[in-house]
Parts: sequence; C-alpha cells; structure tokens
Amino acid sequence: MSDYLHDFFDMPSDLQHSWIGLVGLHLREALLPVVAGLLLALPIAQLCVRFRWLYPPVLGITTVLYAVPSLAFFVVLINYTGQTELTVMIPLAVYSLVVLVPAIVDGVRSVPPETLSAATAMGFGPVRRYFQVQLPIAVPAIIAGLRVATVSSISLVSVGMLIGNQGALGNLLHDAQIYNRPELTWNSVITTALLAILVDALLVLVRVLLTPWMPSGTAGRKQAPALKDAAR
Amino acid sequence: MNVLNFVNAFFSDSAHWHGYDGIPTRLGEHVRYTLEALALAAAIGLPVGLVTGHYGRGGNALSLVATAGRALPSFGLLVLMTTLLGFGMLPVMIPLVVLAVPPILVTTYEAMRSVDPSPVDAARGMGMQESRILLQVELPVALPLILSGLRSAAIQIVSTATIAAYVSLGGLGRYIVDGLYQRNYEKVVGGATLVAVLALVTLALFWAVARVAVSPGVRRR
Repeated sequence: MSDYLHDFFDMPSDLQHSWIGLVGLHLREALLPVVAGLLLALPIAQLCVRFRWLYPPVLGITTVLYAVPSLAFFVVLINYTGQTELTVMIPLAVYSLVVLVPAIVDGVRSVPPETLSAATAMGFGPVRRYFQVQLPIAVPAIIAGLRVATVSSISLVSVGMLIGNQGALGNLLHDAQIYNRPELTWNSVITTALLAILVDALLVLVRVLLTPWMPSGTAGRKQAPALKDAAR
Repeated sequence: MNVLNFVNAFFSDSAHWHGYDGIPTRLGEHVRYTLEALALAAAIGLPVGLVTGHYGRGGNALSLVATAGRALPSFGLLVLMTTLLGFGMLPVMIPLVVLAVPPILVTTYEAMRSVDPSPVDAARGMGMQESRILLQVELPVALPLILSGLRSAAIQIVSTATIAAYVSLGGLGRYIVDGLYQRNYEKVVGGATLVAVLALVTLALFWAVARVAVSPGVRRR
C-alpha cells in the first residue's frame, strides 16, 4: 500500500515538478484566465446594461466565440505565442469572459428599479450606486457564472498537454503512457476533479459570506436565472 | 507566415480531399461521434430533467450531479477509460456523454421550472393528465431553453471529440494530433479550422431548429 502511494505521488523527472508543484501550476494556469476574464467581463457587462442595444450583438459574438474548440484555439495561437503557458491561458480567459458576461448582465439587470431609485434618493452617485448596490445584489449571479467558468477552466488546462506539455496535471496523462504507469492517469484525473470540486465549494462559501442577507435555504432558487445561462 | 496562408494551403491540397485520411472521411467520423454522444446524453438528461423539473424536486441533487460531471476532466477521463477498457468507441463515448449531460440536465430542469405556473394550473383545472400537461403545456413553453441546453452540449461535444484522435480514433482531431507530431503546422491549422467551422454549423443548425420547432406564441417573449 505504501509502495503504491509512493508510486502514485512519484512524478517523472521530465515534468520538473513535484505533485504539489503541478497542482500549483495547474491552479495558476486555470485561475489567472478566470480572473482576467472577470476583469474584462465587468466593464463589458456594464456597457451592455447601460446601452441595451449592445447586448444582443455582444451575446451573439460571445456565443460564436464559445463555439471555437479549445484545441483549435490553442493551435492557432501557437503561431503567435508559441508552445507556452500563455497559449493555454488566452483561450481559457476568452471562455471565462463568454460565460461571465451574460451572468453579470442578468445579475445586474435583476436589481429591482425601486432599489435603484431608493439608492439615488439617498444621494448615491452612479459609481457608488454601482459598487455598493448593483454589484452586491448581482453577486449570486456572478458567482454562479464564476463557478462554471473556473470548473471548466480547471478541466480544460489538461488539454494543453497536446501542445508541447503545457497541461500541468494533464502532462501526467502523457507520461503515464510513455512510462507505462497507469497510476499517473488516476492521479491526474482524481487530482483535477478534486481541485475543481474544492474551488467550486470555495466559491459557494464566498457567496454565502458576501451575501449574508440571503436565507441559505433559498440560495439555489435565487440564482436560477444565472444558472440557465451559465449551464453551458 | 499568416494562419490564413496555412488554411489556404491545407484546403487547396487535393490530397486532403481523398482516401481514409481525407476531409470527407474525417468529417463523417466526427459527425458520427457527435451524434452518438449527443443522442446518448439527451436520452439520459432530457427525461430526468423534464420529470424533475415538472415536479420541482431534486434541484439540489441535480446541481450536485452537474458539478461532479463538469469537474471530471474530459481529456483525463478519456485516457483513463482507454487504459481501463482498451481502444474503442466506448472509452471515447464515456467522457463525451459525461461532458454533455450536465448542460442538458440543468438547462432542462431550469426551463421546466421557469414555465409560467398559471397556464399549467389552467390545464390542470381543465382536467388534463400530468403527462399531457408535461408534454403539451410545459414542454412547448420550455422548448427554447431546452434547445439552448442541447446546443451547448452539442457544441462542447463537437469541440471535445477532437481528443478522440489522441487514443487512435478518427475524427477531425486526427489532423491536429498527427500534425503536431509531424510538425506539420498546415495540417494542424486545417484541422482546427474544420472543427471550428463544424461547431459554427452546429450553432446555425440549432438556430434553424429553434425557428421551426418553437411555437410563434412562445418565441415572441
């Protein structure tokens, strides 16, 4: 048993990382793009809320972008950014953006007009109203989008293995085959799935902490509108 | 050299249009994998989503299943299944179905839940049976959302079916995987373009189906 465990966590030297190192690399390659996607999605979503006519074309473009397969995206980028981490992270950022924009727009739009009027009447300017009223109320919808974006991002990083071993934990899949060590495949799948579930649970926790006014029992029901967009 | 030059070179080479490694063959394989996986995933996701959505129960269980399904890395699952089951169609179908079930399941459930309750009550008051309410009242109203779930599932299958080539099956991924090993960038980009085009065609197909299948009264909203 202990031998098996030892083999399980014994990384081939060509990966140049320990198991923990690979986990860190994987999280970095998966989460940085989500953060970048979120930072881009917030202003785009705000523009779509402000100028209503902008939303349908933006939605169309994002749907088309989402249809571009990750592997296709990777290989086209090789021509510009080479077989590097950046080539893996750019498409992931685009996918996150695509999932987040509709989630945020729906969330911000779901703020009742009476609430907005109340905030204005209390002397809130547009900027303060956005950060202190609209954004907090949209948090459940934004987190629902973030959950889908991070989980799929964590899963997709593995495909980066195909473009010159840029897949972090996904690289184990290749090594498992060339060294004939099936336990490395198990390691890759289990670790990636656990990371995804863990990050997902963390995001749920963040939502609970950020929205203390929401009764926990109906939390699932409230984010329904975002879920339907985010379900992809 | 520009990516477009590679694309042009790939498609104008007549050798790429014939034989077992020709574009028609590979495209046919890819479409077959996609349809089989989509049919399997819909056969699992649609009935479960429709029934749970109709009764409004089990939403939390569904979201757990969906999260678990999404958390499993498709590519890792493919290699793992090939290790366990050997080469063949089954190890490819499993990750594709696992990938496609969550969007179908969650969207169908949400679609059924978002149906306006008053027509459903009216139908029940008129004495319609539950099964008829589900199929003749709720389903037509929920159809646009259900189709959007099927659409995202189909698109994800199209893009992910490329990895089937990594475990020696066919499909458009063959060009990408072979091209990367042969350092033939023209082939890689050609394959990638074909997959992207197929994904966009899928998008267009679902748009067309929605135009035909969704009742005009529902579409206007």
